Amino acid sequence: MSVTPALVSVRLRVNGREYADEVPPRLLLSDFLRHRLGLTGTHVGCEHGICGACTVQLDATPIRSCLMLAVQANGADVTTVEGLAPGPDRLHPVQEAFRLEHALQCGFCTPGFLMTVTAFLREHTHPSDEEIRRELAGHLCRCTGYQNIVRAVRRAGLMLTGETARTTPGAGCDARSAS
Amino acid sequence: MKPPAFEYVAVASTEEAVAQLVAHGDDARILAGGQSLMPILNMRLATPGRLIDLNRVGALSYIVERAGGVAIGAMTRQRTAERSELISAAVPLLAEALPWVGHSAIRNRGTVGGSVVHADPAAELPGVAVCLDARFTVRGEAGERTLAAREFFRGYLTTALAPTELLTEVWFPSAPPGSGAAWIEFARRHGDYALVGVAAVVTLKGSTVRQASLAVIGVDGVPVRAVDAERLLIGVPLSAESMAAAAESVRRTLEPHDDIHATAAYRRHLAGILVVRALTRAGERARLP
Repeated sequence: MSVTPALVSVRLRVNGREYADEVPPRLLLSDFLRHRLGLTGTHVGCEHGICGACTVQLDATPIRSCLMLAVQANGADVTTVEGLAPGPDRLHPVQEAFRLEHALQCGFCTPGFLMTVTAFLREHTHPSDEEIRRELAGHLCRCTGYQNIVRAVRRAGLMLTGETARTTPGAGCDARSAS
Repeated sequence: MKPPAFEYVAVASTEEAVAQLVAHGDDARILAGGQSLMPILNMRLATPGRLIDLNRVGALSYIVERAGGVAIGAMTRQRTAERSELISAAVPLLAEALPWVGHSAIRNRGTVGGSVVHADPAAELPGVAVCLDARFTVRGEAGERTLAAREFFRGYLTTALAPTELLTEVWFPSAPPGSGAAWIEFARRHGDYALVGVAAVVTLKGSTVRQASLAVIGVDGVPVRAVDAERLLIGVPLSAESMAAAAESVRRTLEPHDDIHATAAYRRHLAGILVVRALTRAGERARLP
């Protein structure tokens, strides 16, 4: 039997903006964001949930956008990396911490890291290194060796709780990271 | 587009889902959290003609105390279960194993029922279910039936579910007084499938083991209940000698296979090590007031 599935309508909010579209059921949320909405900050790596590059927030919760159909996001509130910065000339504190700690090189994996870390730091205001590392295990980075990413998360945590000025050099380094 | 073309229906109730399964049989697949099915579709390892999406069936998402245990709706997200105070108090083994399922972003979507039905032999939840003798409620055309965990898992990615049946609930018994439980697994990275994982529960009276339950994952097509090792433990004090005997029994009876991740010999060795560690930890917890 040859099936030609009908288009289904999807209506959702992305980064505070309402969108409505007709999509084939098999269109992945990741491809919908990139190809239909032009939000190419969400990167597509492995497309089976391992690498974490496509992570976005669905109703403030990090999920793999390659493991969800666009139609399933009907009615949802999605945040992508484009929705993090408060303005065109200002970074989100987590983005700024990544920049200050040199937590990226090629940057392909970075949007996924940012979407996980911003949600993680909402729930863990003072995460231990072990908690940070366990959370980051869901993301692959082939450039940095992860050390600077751990540092950036630690620094971002301090920035978000107001315990460090945003541009203080070395604020992400403490006794644990120096060893 | 990555997945093959399919028709899509988001059902509103369990009854609708069963009706869809009856109408479309083998050509249809249930879409729960999608954390196993979506990779399979993206890689085109399966080409179902129709997906039946359960994500709008709110009635399948719950965690309640029932009949001396905890009943969990099949569509309950793993992350919700992980954060449940009821589960952490009543079924500590499950609470300890849940954070090992994939990564947080996976558990945010992945469901308790989905993991069980996918039946990966290296997955945590089937191992916990087999260790605790969990019971699965299944809905089909003719109504409901209940299956014991040990009869539910039939082989690699294979369960006793008929093509027209749907898993609706998993029930785990509450930990009895005087018992201690431990989940230990070894994987190359946190969140990877375990090379080997061990679930252990011991119930002590004084220092003597009254009940023991051991399940091992990653070593066969289904989670393996180490019944011979359990028999060696029951009725004697939990000691270095009894745990070593249990580990030796596990090593002797398991028949793991070589794969790209580990050799059979390594898995067998690791299973013995983890059995001792899990029993030690479970014993310590059983002794806590």
